[in-house]
Amino acid sequence: MSKKLLSGPYLIWMAGFTVIPLILILYYGLTDRSGAFTMANVVSIATAEHAKALWLSMGLSLVSTVICLVLAYPLAMILRKRNVGKGSFVVFIFILPMWMNFLLRTLAWQTLLERNGVINGILTALRLPTQSLINTPGAIILGMVYNFLPFMVLPIYNVLCKIDDNTIYAAQDLGADFWQTLFRIWFPLSLPGVISGITMVFVPALTTFVISNLLGGSKILLIGNVIEQEFTRGSNWHLGSGLSLVLMVFILASMALIAKYDKNGEGTAF
Amino acid sequence: MKKMFSVILGGVVLAAVLGGCGGKAGAGKAGSAGEVYVYNWGEYIDEEVISMFEEETGIKVVYDMFETNEDMYPVIEAGGRTYDVVCPSDYMIQKMVENNMLAELNFDNIPNVSQIDPEYMERSRSFDPENKFSVPYCWGTVGILYNTDMVAPEDVPTRWSDLWDEKFSGEILMQDSVRDAFMVALKSLGYSMNSVDNAELEEARDLLIRQKPLVQAYVIDQVRDKMIGGEAAIGVIYSGEMLYIQEEVEAQGLDYELEYVIPEEGTNVWIDSWVIPSNAKNKENAEAWINFMCRPDIAKMNFEYITYPTPNKGAFDLLDEDLRNNKAVFPDIESLDNCEVFQYLGDQVDSVYNNLWKEVKSN
Amino acid sequence: MKKTKNTLKRILEDFYLVLIMVFLYAPIATLMVLSFSNSKSRTQWGGFTLRWYGEMFESATIMTALQNTLVIAFASALIATVIGTAAAIAINSMKPLSRSIIMGITNIPMLNADIVTGISLMLAFIAFGISLGFKTILIAHITFNIPYVILSVMPKLKQTSKSVYEAAMDLGASPLYAFFRVVFPDILPGVLSGFLLAFTMSLDDFIITHFTKGAGINTLSTLIYSEVRRGIKPSMYALSTIIFAAVLTLLIITNFAPQKKFEK
Repeated sequence: MSKKLLSGPYLIWMAGFTVIPLILILYYGLTDRSGAFTMANVVSIATAEHAKALWLSMGLSLVSTVICLVLAYPLAMILRKRNVGKGSFVVFIFILPMWMNFLLRTLAWQTLLERNGVINGILTALRLPTQSLINTPGAIILGMVYNFLPFMVLPIYNVLCKIDDNTIYAAQDLGADFWQTLFRIWFPLSLPGVISGITMVFVPALTTFVISNLLGGSKILLIGNVIEQEFTRGSNWHLGSGLSLVLMVFILASMALIAKYDKNGEGTAF
Repeated sequence: MKKMFSVILGGVVLAAVLGGCGGKAGAGKAGSAGEVYVYNWGEYIDEEVISMFEEETGIKVVYDMFETNEDMYPVIEAGGRTYDVVCPSDYMIQKMVENNMLAELNFDNIPNVSQIDPEYMERSRSFDPENKFSVPYCWGTVGILYNTDMVAPEDVPTRWSDLWDEKFSGEILMQDSVRDAFMVALKSLGYSMNSVDNAELEEARDLLIRQKPLVQAYVIDQVRDKMIGGEAAIGVIYSGEMLYIQEEVEAQGLDYELEYVIPEEGTNVWIDSWVIPSNAKNKENAEAWINFMCRPDIAKMNFEYITYPTPNKGAFDLLDEDLRNNKAVFPDIESLDNCEVFQYLGDQVDSVYNNLWKEVKSN
Repeated sequence: MKKTKNTLKRILEDFYLVLIMVFLYAPIATLMVLSFSNSKSRTQWGGFTLRWYGEMFESATIMTALQNTLVIAFASALIATVIGTAAAIAINSMKPLSRSIIMGITNIPMLNADIVTGISLMLAFIAFGISLGFKTILIAHITFNIPYVILSVMPKLKQTSKSVYEAAMDLGASPLYAFFRVVFPDILPGVLSGFLLAFTMSLDDFIITHFTKGAGINTLSTLIYSEVRRGIKPSMYALSTIIFAAVLTLLIITNFAPQKKFEK
C-alpha cells in the first residue's frame, strides 16, 4: 500500500484545514486593523485585565485538573480491578453523559446549585442550612471537573489496564507494601496516561467561557471570555488572535510534554 | 463492537428518517417565488407566522437567529453569510447606516408601514434620521423588576441608584451587556446614556465596580427565569418580559408578585426594527416580508407569542382592553419624558466602553 | 481478618463508584425529570405531562436541527475514520522525525481552544472563498474528528505484529489482501472506537459549528445555544432525554446480549 496514497488525503486536509487556519490566526494576531505589523496584540496579554484573566483561568484550571486527577486515579484503579475484559463498557459509561448536550448539562447544574435548586431543596428537607453554591468560583470548578472528568479517567484507565497483574504480584512478593507499589510501580507505568489526561483537561479548561457564564454568574472574567468577546462583541479579531497566540504557548508546552513522556501514544483515551 | 456499530448505524438512519418526517416539511421545499433569508433575535417570532408567510407568498423562508446585536454585526460585516432582512436594535442600525451596510427601503413595497404608530417612526429618527432604512418591529423600555415578597414595601426601588443599596447585597441581577450596564450607571449619575465624555464614563465604571460585590450575577435574558424562580430580589429587565412573567407567576401559583418600575432618573427606550443589508440577494422578497410583519393581525400574533410591546397601531387596536391598559407592557408616553434611545457612538468610543467594561468584569 | 479487611475495602470502593456515578448522572437525571414537568420553571415540579414531547415532534426547527446533527455527526465521523485510518497506517511506517511532526500537528485541533479552531476555520473558509453552509460545518467536523480517529487506531496498529503481515505475504498473499484479512481485523476495535468517539465529539460540539455554519442551518447544539439566553424551551429537555434513552438502550443491548468476543 503506497504510503503516499494512504497519507495523502490526510496531509492535504491537515494542510488546508489545520495549518492554514493557524497561519491566518498568526496573521491576524500580528497585524492591526490597517494591516500593519504589530506586536501590540500579543503584548496586550500584559495589560491588567488580560493578565488577571489569564492568572484566574490558569488557577481555576489547575485546581480542576488536580481534582480530576485525584478523583480519576482511584476510580481507574477500581474499575481496572472490576472490569477486566469488559473494557468498552467502562468507556461507554463515561462517554454516555457526553451524548447529552454540553450546554444542557451545564445548565442542569444551575438547576441543582441554585438557591431554590435541587440541592438546597434536599438540604431544606433535611433541616440543614441552605448553601450559596452558584455564582462562585467553586461552581465554576465544579462545572469544569464535571465536564472534563471523562477525559482524565479514560486515558488513565486505559494505561492501567495494560499493567500486568503479575508485575504487581511480583512487587508484593518482594515485600512492597501498598504505598510502595503505588509510587514505584503504578505511577511510573501509568505516567503516559496521566500526562495525556492532564493535557486533555488543563488546556480545554483554560479556554472555556460557557462554564464561567452559566455557573459563575458572568462575574469572573476568564481568558476564554476575553477572547470570545473580542471575536464576537468587540469585533477586534486582531486582539482576539493575539491573545490566542499566547494561549498557543500552553498548547505547545503540552505537546512537548506528551512528546517526552508518551512517545508511543500509550496514553490515549480509547 | 461490530454489533454496537451496526445497531448505532441502524439507530442513526432511523432517527434521521424520523427527523425528516416529523415536523412540517419546511426544509428542502423550494419556494415558487424565490427565497428570503431572515436574521432575527432568538425567540422573536411566532413560528406560525413564518409558515403563513410562505403559504401566502410562495417565498421560502430561511430563518436564522442571533443572541445580541454585537454577535450579529460581524456576521453581516464579514459577508460569509448573506441575509436579506435583519432585525437589529436602534444604535446598531445607526452603526450599520454609517458604515453603508444598509439598503434604502422601497416603501412602495411596504404599504403596511402606515400601520406603525407615528410616535415610533418619530423616535426612530434618532438613529434613522429620515426613516429610510428601517421599520419598527418591537419596542420597549428597560426597568427594575422586583419581588414583592423579598422586598419590604418601604424599600421598593424607584431609582437606578437603589441598585447600589447594601440591603440588596447578593440579590441584584444586572444585565451582562456593556451598553445596558453603563446606561444604568450613567443615568443614576444624571448623565446621558450616550455620553462620550471620558470623565463621566470613568465615573460610571467606578460606580459599577463598587456595585460588583453586591451583584449576584450578570445575566441577559435569564433575569426573567431567575426572578420567577425567586433566586434574586431585584433585577434589571426589559419591559417586554413582563407579560410572560405575569402569566408564569399565575401559572405556577406563586405567592409573590413581580413588579416592574421605570426609574425616576429615566431609562432607555429601545426599538428593534427590520432593515435590509446592502448585499441582500432578495431585496423585494425582504420588503414583502417586512410588509407582512406590519399587517395588524400578524403583528398581533407575534405580540402574543413574544409578549414584547408592539409599535403597530393596527395590532394594538385589536388587543383586549386589559392588555391595552397594562402599564408595564404599554407605559404612558408621558412617563417616558427623560428617556433616551441608544445611539451609535463610533468605533473609538465603542472601544473605550468595551475596555471599561472589561475593567469592571475583571475586578 | 484479611477477609473483613477485603470486604471493607470492597464496600468503600463500591461507595466511591456509586458516588462518582451519582455525580456524573445527577444533571442528566435532573434534565430527564424536567422534561416531564408541566411547568417552564427549572426548579419547581409542575405535574406530569408529555406535552413537551409533543411540541418537540411538531417543531420543524427542532426536527431539522436533529436531522442535521445526526447526518453531520455520522458523515463526518465516517469520512474522518476513513481518512484517519489510512493516515494512521501511513504514519506508523514513517521515519521517526516525520512521524513526530505529523503527530504533533495532529494533536493541535484537539488541544486548541474550541473558539480558536472555530474562528480560524471560518477565516480560512472566507479566505478560500467557500461560502458558509452545510458543507463548511461538515469540513470543520471532519477536521477535528480525524485526530481522534488517528489516536484510536495508532495503539492498535502498534500492537499488531508486523511479522504476521509479512508472514501472510510470504505465504503468497498480495499486500492488499494481507492487509484486509490480517491487519484490518486486528485494528478494527480501534477503528470502531475512533468512529464512535468522532461521532460523539461531533454531536456535542457547538462553538466550532457556531462559527462555521451558514444561514438557516442549525444543529441541536447551536439551537440550544441560541435559546440558553432567553430561556430554553422544555421541549429541548424532551429531545435530550430521548437521545439519551436511545443511546442507553443501545448500550444495554450490545453489552448484555450474549456475544463471544476474545478481544481485550
